[in-house]
Formats: sequence, C-alpha cells, structure tokens
Amino acid sequence: MNTESGVDICTLIIENHECGGRSNQTILEVAEENGIFIPTLCRLAGLSNIGACRMCLVEVKGSNKLMPACVTKIQEGMEVTVNSERLAEYRKLTLEMLLSERNHICSVCVANGHCDLQSLAQKLGVNHITMPYIHPLMPVDASHPRFIADHNRCILCTRCVRVCQEIEGAHTWDLMSRGTKALVISDMNKPWGESESCTGCGKCVQVCPTGALSEKGQAAGEMLKRRSFLPYLSMMREVGK
Amino acid sequence: MNQDDLANIAVQTKQNDSRYDHVIKVCVAAGCLSANSEQVKTQLESEVKQRGLEGCCKVKGVGCMGLCAAGPLVANEGNEKMFQSVTPADAAAIIDDVVDHKPAPSAIVMDSNLDFFKRQKKIVLENSGEIDPERIEDYIAADGYEALFHVITMLNPAEVIEQITKSGLRGRGGAGFPTGLKWITVAKASGNRKYVICNADEGDPGAFMDRSVLESDPHRVLEGMAIAGYAVGAEKGFIYCRAEYPLAVKRLRVAIREAENIGLLGLNIGDTHFDFKVEVRLGAGAFVCGEETALIASIEGGRGTPRPRPPFPAQQGLWGDPTLINNVETFANIPPIIRRGGEWFASIGTEKSKGTKVFALAGRVKNTGLIEVPMGVTLREIIFKLGGGIPDGRRFKAVQSGGPSGGCVPEQYLDIPVDYDSLASVGSIMGSGGMIVMDDTSCMVDVARFFMDFCMSESCGKCVPCRVGTTQMHNILDRITKGKAGPKDLELLQRLTGMVKAASLCGLGQTAPNPTLTTLRYFMDEYRAHIEEGRCPAGVCHPAKAEAEVSA
Repeated sequence: MNTESGVDICTLIIENHECGGRSNQTILEVAEENGIFIPTLCRLAGLSNIGACRMCLVEVKGSNKLMPACVTKIQEGMEVTVNSERLAEYRKLTLEMLLSERNHICSVCVANGHCDLQSLAQKLGVNHITMPYIHPLMPVDASHPRFIADHNRCILCTRCVRVCQEIEGAHTWDLMSRGTKALVISDMNKPWGESESCTGCGKCVQVCPTGALSEKGQAAGEMLKRRSFLPYLSMMREVGK
Repeated sequence: MNQDDLANIAVQTKQNDSRYDHVIKVCVAAGCLSANSEQVKTQLESEVKQRGLEGCCKVKGVGCMGLCAAGPLVANEGNEKMFQSVTPADAAAIIDDVVDHKPAPSAIVMDSNLDFFKRQKKIVLENSGEIDPERIEDYIAADGYEALFHVITMLNPAEVIEQITKSGLRGRGGAGFPTGLKWITVAKASGNRKYVICNADEGDPGAFMDRSVLESDPHRVLEGMAIAGYAVGAEKGFIYCRAEYPLAVKRLRVAIREAENIGLLGLNIGDTHFDFKVEVRLGAGAFVCGEETALIASIEGGRGTPRPRPPFPAQQGLWGDPTLINNVETFANIPPIIRRGGEWFASIGTEKSKGTKVFALAGRVKNTGLIEVPMGVTLREIIFKLGGGIPDGRRFKAVQSGGPSGGCVPEQYLDIPVDYDSLASVGSIMGSGGMIVMDDTSCMVDVARFFMDFCMSESCGKCVPCRVGTTQMHNILDRITKGKAGPKDLELLQRLTGMVKAASLCGLGQTAPNPTLTTLRYFMDEYRAHIEEGRCPAGVCHPAKAEAEVSA
C-alpha cells in the first residue's frame, strides 16, 4: 500500500512482536513505538543518527552482519532479534570499553546519577570491568564563563557536535585527531571561551550524555540535563525545510 | 579527435620508434628513481650522444619492470638483455652490450629467463616497463584508448556492462565484489548526476601495486574510468590518491592534461556527445579513507570517517548522488576486457576468481617486487618459484596477505590456490595484493602486535569497538611480547577479537582482528611460549628479560 511517494507500509517481526511501520522508518523507531527496548547511547531523538556507539546493534534474519537499529530502515518481512546472548555480550563489552577508555569515576562526577553511560551500565548489569583502564590524561577546558569541557569524561558520541551544527546552526564543535586520541574541539582548537562561533546557548551541555560538558558551579551529582527543548526545535527545523 | 586521428597517432609513433635499431629502457618508477635511475638515464643519454648514436639508439624512461629489489633496472627493447643494480658509471658498458654485443660485467647482467619474469601473466601491467608513462602517444601506440573509442561509438551502456559482467571481474580493492554487478547498480540508480571514483588511497603496509600502475601506465586507469563513466552515465570522475605518492599524482596530472589536449577526456570525446572530466583529489594520509564512505566524505571536504551502509555509494554516494567506486587495478583491467572481450578474460583464472592479480611481494623472499599472476596459482609457486624462495637458507614460516586486514597463512596451506574464496577459507583475504613473506626469524605474536598497532593508530575513532577495541587488543599483545601477560589476557584477547570483528562500523575494524585471529589459530604455541615459559621461540621479543628488568 502506498502512502507518500516511495513510502510503503511494512510489517515485520521485532523480538517476536509483529509490528508495522513506514518503510522510511528505522528499526529503532518502530521498536520504540511498540514498546521494545533497544539500548542506545550516541543517539538522541531530534538529532541525526550516526550508528557510531554500536549499542543498538541487532540481528536481522538472513544477514550475517549486525545492523545498527538507529540507521537501518525497516523492510517487509524483516525478522529482528534484539536480545541474544551474543548481543548481550557485545553490549557489555562496548560499555566496558567506554568505561575503560577515559576517566569515568562516577562518585566525583558532576553528572553522577544523571549520566546516560552510568544508567545504561546499570541497566545492562555492567558492575565491573574485565579489561585494564587506559585513562590517558585529557585536557579540561574551563575558559568559557558558564560551561566546562572535561575531556576525561567524553565518550566521543558527538551529540554536542550534532546539536551545535544541526539545531543551533553554529558548528562550534567538531573532532580532531584519530582513534583514542580523538578530541572534541571548539572552532579550530581554540579554547571554548575564545570561540567566535559559540553562541553560548548551552545546548551541547544539555545533550552531553556524561559529565564531559557541564555548567559551572555544579558539585558532584548536581548536573541535571534539561533536554525538553530538543524535540520542539528539531520539529521547527523540519518545518523550516 | 576521431578514430582515424587516433590510428594516425599510433602509426606515426610506431614509425618514429622503428627508426631506432636499439631502444634502451630505464625504469623511472618510484623504486628505481630512489636508487638513482634518473642519473643512469642522463648518463646513458650523454653516452649515446658522445658516440654519435642518436639516430639509431634511443634511451627511454619507462614504468616499473617489477623486480624492484634489483633496481635500478635497465633493459633492451625485447627484454632479452636486462641489467640490474645499475649505476651511472655502468652506462658505457650497457651501450657496449646492447649496441656492440660486447658482454657487460656479470655483476650488472640479470638473467631475463628468471621464473620471476617467465611465470607472470601480464594484463594490468602489460605496458609497465614498456611505455613512457608521460607520453600519451606511447600509450596510444600500445592500443590505448581504442577500447574507449569502441565503446562510445559502437556500444550502448548496457552492452559495455554486459562485457564486464561476462568477464567475471571482481573488485581488486580487497573485498572482491563483482564489478559488473556494481556497474549495473549505479547505471540503474536514479539521479540527475552520477560520479565515478577511482580509489587510489593505497595504504596497506608493504603494498604498492596501485602506485606502480599509476606511475607506469596512468592512461590505462583514465581510460577505464571513462569507459565506466559511459557505462553508468557519469560525466565526472575523481581519482582519490594519497599525497604520499607525489610521482603518481604528477604523472596522473600530466596524463589528464595530455588526454584533454587531444580530446580524449573532457567535452565531446571522440566527436560524440559523451563528456567525461577527471579531477585528482589528494588524501591526507589516513588509512581509513580507503574505505569508500570515508573516502567520499573526504572528497566532499569533510572529516574522513565512514558511515553505516546501506545506503551504499551506488545508491547515495558523493554529494548524495549515485557513485561508482572502483580500485586502480579494477579500472586498469577494463580496457583490455573491452578490447579482447569478456569471454577472453573469463578464460583466465579459476571458476569464481577470473583474470590475474598483481601482488607486491615483500619480506623474507629473494625476489621482492611486483608480480602479476593468473588467479589460482598456488602460494608455493608465488613464493618459491617467482619469489625465488627464502634467502640465507632460512625456513619459511608464514605469508601475510591482504595487509592489516589479512591473515597469516602457515606452511600447511601453501598449496591452496590464490583466489578470493580459498584465502578466505584459511582466515586471510586477497586484499589489495600485499604479500609479506616471513621466515623463522619472525615472531608471530610480534607480527600480530605490529598490525594491531597499525590499526589502532589508523582507527578513525568514530565507533567504540574499533577505537577502544584495537587499543585494548594492542595493549594485550604488547604485554605478551614483553612477558607481562597472563592466561586471562589471552582469554580477553579472544573475546575482543570476535566482538571487534562483528560489531565495528566499517571494514577497518571488522578486519583489524584478522592477523591476531590467524596467528592465534595457527601459532598458539608461540603465544603459550611467551606467556607460560617467558620465551620467544623466534628470539625477537625478550619476554623473560623484560620480566627480570621489572623485578629488578
């Protein structure tokens, strides 16, 4: 059945649930509409999806590759497995990798108790780490009058990069260097406080999943993230197109 | 420019060349140039002038002759006489030999009947070491651009693709995707604009096939791209070449200019309505930019990181338009396939892997250099016949194919045929064609560590399994070589290899565990010796010594 041009209604099975959706929807969107939980981390509703954190990987029958649910479009007759022993192991390892990569000592973090990484680890039962810590010493940028960037807490999800580019339109943030040396930078690696493009809107701080970006004057556990603006602003953007 | 003009250029070039009784070819590809071949050429030219032989003896710079280990190489026209490790001082002796048949000193005479030369089958490299790469006339005289003219005047796009499909050609960049199928997908994709991209971002350590083709025969790649452009409906092509190949870039630019000047690229090619322009874009040295979606991002001016596929570039590629991406060697195969037909190409090779493959033979083997062999020859033939075996009486241990994405194949599999599927069955890959031979002086744990180090440094950092996983795996391998690892590390290493392979976003992460996986599979005893006995069987690492240092 055709609705818009080129968009069909598809039926599929996600985790033994029969679901339906439009062919331009992703597996993740349809799963959420049907109350099926798929863990995500780099994804934030209202921003573009990049399939980078690999938390939302699912198995699709007939494909030997794991697919990121956030960017994989649904197809007629698809059979999707969200929870398998293998996927559980991979998700745990992914979280362990993130927790081992930079400094994520929760008790002294401003985002303690309000951290997406922490709550996902709790939800998936990651209560200890089986691999050695890497913990390079990363810079802390406190040059901005209102905000702090602590790269030791950064998981390189690039939510800040995307919200700044896609919603605020400033494109203050981007990435520099490769691999574990990758660093989120403002402008051309200038201190945040000296950035000429930053409007000081603070959206990046609110969408940051961890304590990497925070407001000044917060003690451990006090950095509550306010994200209610995001669906509204992204809707405005769609209307504006 | 029409077909008659092209034929005229070919005839005239051949006539000019036939005035000379002798042609002395000097390799001016990067390998021999770095060994001073430019001076050799100058000295030969002045020697010819001094003897007043300008009318009958021509000195010509040509592309790679293959046996790079013995460079600089010089040969006569039919390659009956070849000279190795030539210095400018040898110029007189070489002219004595070629012109006056006075044998040159045996130190510089090379046996042109070596298995290294005789057992090759050249399709991609047919002009390498024969023509002057900076003269389009030379390429045209060697039937160059004939295929392009045939295609744009005699065939419709579907017929071109039919020939490519019939040939059974598979992508030479590594994954081995059927080229015909890729072309069909792009041809059928809807879009006002389409692009052809040539992937010349050759980054595997020890691999230099693409560089050699671009330096020795750049027009072949341009012609292949133009044919592809006609077949899929693209008017614009990009060559994404790494900036570390300055000579290849220079020759490509010369080739593009020459082709445009005589109307073989640009607008209304061959007086038809077909337009095709080619632009060279330079990579800034990131290995991951060889991955097609990262390459596209880089051409667009963005950060060179991959994105999930689908959508594939064939549907949504450069600037969102359908894009055909093939490797240098794949494009270099196109003109001969069109000239001689898909069936001819399909008659070479094995059932599922057709044609020939160029390999960069390196490591512990007598003849290092570039070879082109039919698909299906055995690893043993490549290493022991063409490669001349292991030097210094050492024992063969393993061969690493496919670079950091490939695996180490041990002695018991030396008799498997070299094709996409057989190599995959033993845990390695064909890859782009790097082949590194190792003898018993190589420690396989150290080899695994080396390749993991490479992948770790080259991981773009976008996805977690590749960014952190390669670092964790590298750290474990490093600890093993230093004698600081326990059995639990080995267990974790095995868990990580499986996860990184399955969960990474792009090919870099998905294949990064391969060298580790294959060495774990075939050389577990070496891992055990390091961990349990504090001993490196090959004597490369010093695990016990390191331990003593730590305790001291």
